[in-house]
Parts: sequence; structure tokens; C-alpha cells
Amino acid sequence: MAYTAPKETYPGKVYSVTIGTGDRAATLGGENVLPFHSFEGETPNRPLVAFEIQDVPPADWPENIRKVFAGVSDDPVTWAKYCQNELKAKAIALRLVGTHPDRENRSAEDAAKTVRDVLAAINVPLIILGSNHAEKDSVILVAVAEAAKDKNCIIGKAQEANYKTIAAAAMANNHKLVAMSELDINLSKQLNILITQMGFEKERVITDPMCSALGYGLEYTYSVMERIRLAALTQNDQTMQQPLLADVGMYVWKVKETQASESDLPQWGSAEERGILWEAETATALMIAGAELLIMRHPKAAAAVESVIEELV
Amino acid sequence: MLIIGEKLSIIAKRVREAMMKKDKGPIQEIATRQWKEGSGIIDANIGPAEDGGEELMQWMVTSIQEVVPLPVCLDTTNFKAIEAGLKVHNNQWGKPLVNSTSNDPERFPILELGAKYDCNVIGLTVGKGGLPADAEERAAIAAEIMGRAMEYGLSLDNLYLDPLVLQIATSQDHARHVIDAIKMFREMNDPPMKTVVGLSNISNGCPKTLRPILNKYFYIMLAEAGLTSAIADAHEMAEAEQEKALVTEVLAGRQIADAAKMAEISKTIDVIMGRTLYAHSYLEM
Repeated sequence: MAYTAPKETYPGKVYSVTIGTGDRAATLGGENVLPFHSFEGETPNRPLVAFEIQDVPPADWPENIRKVFAGVSDDPVTWAKYCQNELKAKAIALRLVGTHPDRENRSAEDAAKTVRDVLAAINVPLIILGSNHAEKDSVILVAVAEAAKDKNCIIGKAQEANYKTIAAAAMANNHKLVAMSELDINLSKQLNILITQMGFEKERVITDPMCSALGYGLEYTYSVMERIRLAALTQNDQTMQQPLLADVGMYVWKVKETQASESDLPQWGSAEERGILWEAETATALMIAGAELLIMRHPKAAAAVESVIEELV
Repeated sequence: MLIIGEKLSIIAKRVREAMMKKDKGPIQEIATRQWKEGSGIIDANIGPAEDGGEELMQWMVTSIQEVVPLPVCLDTTNFKAIEAGLKVHNNQWGKPLVNSTSNDPERFPILELGAKYDCNVIGLTVGKGGLPADAEERAAIAAEIMGRAMEYGLSLDNLYLDPLVLQIATSQDHARHVIDAIKMFREMNDPPMKTVVGLSNISNGCPKTLRPILNKYFYIMLAEAGLTSAIADAHEMAEAEQEKALVTEVLAGRQIADAAKMAEISKTIDVIMGRTLYAHSYLEM
């Protein structure tokens, strides 16, 4: 008798979320199986890698990642165009880190202008992130949501402390929303419930259970993502069926393994290669756990992840 | 079911202040209320009580037993305070209960005390290294504690196995492991082992309105599993006894007439059994 491979099927399905407009719009999620289990069900969309840029020059990034964008990163518009046109980015994530009160403390007007300028220069989907200062973000993200009205961006991150204003702004201006909680599956579910109780459609939310880098708690993020995905599929939990975000670059390029120089730690080998590998490994692990949207920095790490996706689909 | 009234705990502000001022009034008032609400033992949780623990425990035991004809549960990590409490405990109202020993060698002397004073002892199924992962680990630790009790001369009839209730808001899977552990503990001896839980910990960290709901239905599910005693709010547990018939119906897979109650019970059972993921707003979904 011929061997028939057993198939797992699930009652639940991840929502399909489309971002951006026109030809270059992209769709995330939509699968009714575990990540890359295309042999068991539908996996209509590949994970999407978005290139991270900033509103201010990346002076705080380590040299090995900063140098990749030398000459373009002084200006977010040039930087965005470089990612789209030269690096063939399928999406761009603009982090408005310069709005943080402890950084340049840029105003909402400045942030809105940057967003308008970047949007005018690119046609791939844009993810607009605040500086992770709960109070300031609730001002900045309202302004940029308006500036990007109807461009179908992802706005974030909404957290327990500020989700009401940010979700309202994303809703009024037809955007998707990142809902972030801090490595706790029950709080992640709770935040999704609170956001949808405001009238925000659950199919327009992207869940960020909070990223962590390899060696710095990756297993926690992995486990929370995996459990979220299992709740979505096996329990058909409608509050947990949103695509998952892994905000990889920001967490990876601040750990010792991506920062330490070869002169300090010669036994660790090439610092540049090490950084690329660290980002690629972290992103790949989280993609296997269930992340559909990955925000990354190094083009070679992104390329490595793309080749893993190519192998697995 | 034996209810060990939980309200005399140092965690409660009013109780803590009364303990500090040695003001018998509130202690005796709360003890009396719990007795009238159906408690069979009064818990006296004085915390770690590193300074003056012995005197405090004796004061608690005598204050409680002045007004209430019940035994006291001596609840502290301070060994000397427990022994001091045992010395003044009036056994005319029943054997005192000691909370607790465990599989940590530092806690073995409690078993010795239990044998010496012929009292009941709670055996918390944790070891030295971290929390038990599931029901099987709890049962394995329980077996070790039972062996240790016999070694120290404490009758198994005097041992109450406690599977350690964890917060559902952060450790959801443990709720059903605890239910399974109660079933296992019972089977570990003939006659069945006595069991106890610190019930209200299940809802610790949950919104205030949710706490009695989780406490009551978890209690009923544990009772169905064979639980013999609980450190709990006697008033809440009296309410649970009233709702028991309804919950048993839902547990058996049948519908009840009150749709709102049906939803509340079935959603809570699903959360306790790990069939839906816990969130503070689970009842609203």
C-alpha cells in the first residue's frame, strides 16, 4: 500500500492583511496551517521583509550596519528610495526615533512632513513606527496617520498605555495597526480585545508580541509567537489570528555580538559577518515561529532570509 | 469539604495593622465571621514573621480560639513561630494544621513537629528546584513527601497534599494540571490522601469582578476531582455550593436555562481547562 503522509488540519486561519496601494501593495498572512506547512493547507502569502529606515541619521547604529547606508541615510527620502530601488525592498519601515523626547525631540509637524515626503518618493508599502515613547507616540502617530491618510500604511506601535488615541487615528485614516505587548501572550490577547472593542476591525491589526535577539531572550519571543499561532489555528481564537510582527533589526543591532569589534574579540571572527548572521538567524527563527512581517536592517541578512523563504515555500 | 478561612492574612491591610497593634478586635471579628460562614479551620497567616514571630503566632492562636471553637492553621515560614503556636493551641476544637512542609530539606523539620504535636501538616508539592511542570511532577513530589512523612513518624492521615495553585493570568496551563494532580493524589493511598489548595491564588492578578467567578468555578471543578479542603473565602465558597448544580450541568455538557449564566460558566470552564486562551476580558468575548 502506498504511504500517505498524515496531514494536520486546523479550524482557524490567520487573517489576510493587505498593506500599501496600487501594484506594489503586499498581503500578509492568510494561512490555515503552521508556518511553511504548505503541504497541509493554504499558505497564500510569503513572509514580508521590510527594510528599516529612520527619520534621523542612524548615529546610534553600529558601524557595520551604518556603513551600508553611508551617503543615503542622512535623509529619509534618499534612504527610502535607495532601499526600494537599489535593494529591491518590498516594504519600508520608517522609525520616527527622532521624535523621542530624549533624542532630537522632533515635533509632530516634522514627523508628518517626513512621512509625506517618504510616501511621495516610494510606491512600496510603508510601515510607520513611533519612538516607543508611549506619551509622545500618541501625539506623533496621530499626526502621521493623518499625513498618510488612505495610503493603507501600518501605524504603530499601540500599547496598553496609548492604544486608544493611536487606534482611533489609524481607524480614521484607513491604516492598519501594530498592537504591541511585552512578551506576555495573555496581555497580547487582552490588548487585541481592547482595540477591537473600540470598533477597530480585528482583521486590520498586526500583533507584535515584542521581539528579542538571539541570545537575549529569543526563546521567549519564539514561544509566545508559537503559542499565539497555535491559539489561532487549533483553538480558532479570533483575537489571536492577526499576522505577527518581528521587529528584528532594532533588537539585534544593539547586542554585544553585533557591536563588539574584532580587535576586542578576535576569537569571534569577522564583526560584519557576525552581525549579518545574528540578524538573519534571529529573523529566521521568528519566521519559523510564525512571524509574517519582519523589520530588518542589513540587506545581506534580509537576502539570507529571502533565500530561506524561497527554499521553504 | 473543609474550608480553611483565608481572611486572617498579613497581606490584608486591616489584619496587618491589627497584628502590629495587637488589637484583638478585628482579628476576633473576622475569625467569628468566617466561622459563621462555614469555615472549619481559621488560617492565621503571619507571613515570614522574622521578628517576634513566636509571640505573634501565640497571640493569634489564643485570640482566635477565645471566640471561635475551631482549630487554627499556622501559616508562616518561621519554624519557631509554628512551634510556639502549637504549644498554646487548644486541641479541644480539633487538631491544628501547619502550613507547610514541602520536598525542600529545609522544610522537613515541619514533619518532625507534626509528629511531635500530632497535628495535621500541609505538604506543598514543590521541591528545591523550581515549580512542578505538570500533574505528574506534582504526584512524584507528593510521593516523596509521603515517604518523608512516614520516615519522620507523621501519619499519612495527618498529611494534606497541596498541588500549588498558580495564577491563571500568567500560568494558565497549571489550572488543569492542578485538577489532574488532585485526582492523582487521591489515588496514592487507601484511604485516599487528603488534599488542600490555596484557592484564591488562581485569580490573583485578575480584575476584581472576575475573581469570585474564577474562584467559585475552579473550586467546584476541584471538588468534582475529589478535593477535600481549601484555604478560601468561606462566604464565596458558600455561594459556590449554591451554584454547584448549574456548574455540574455545564461540566456534563448540558445546557442550562439562564443563557448569561451558561455563557459565564462555560467560558470560565474553557479558560480553566486551557481550551481558550486567558485574557482579562475573556467573558466579554
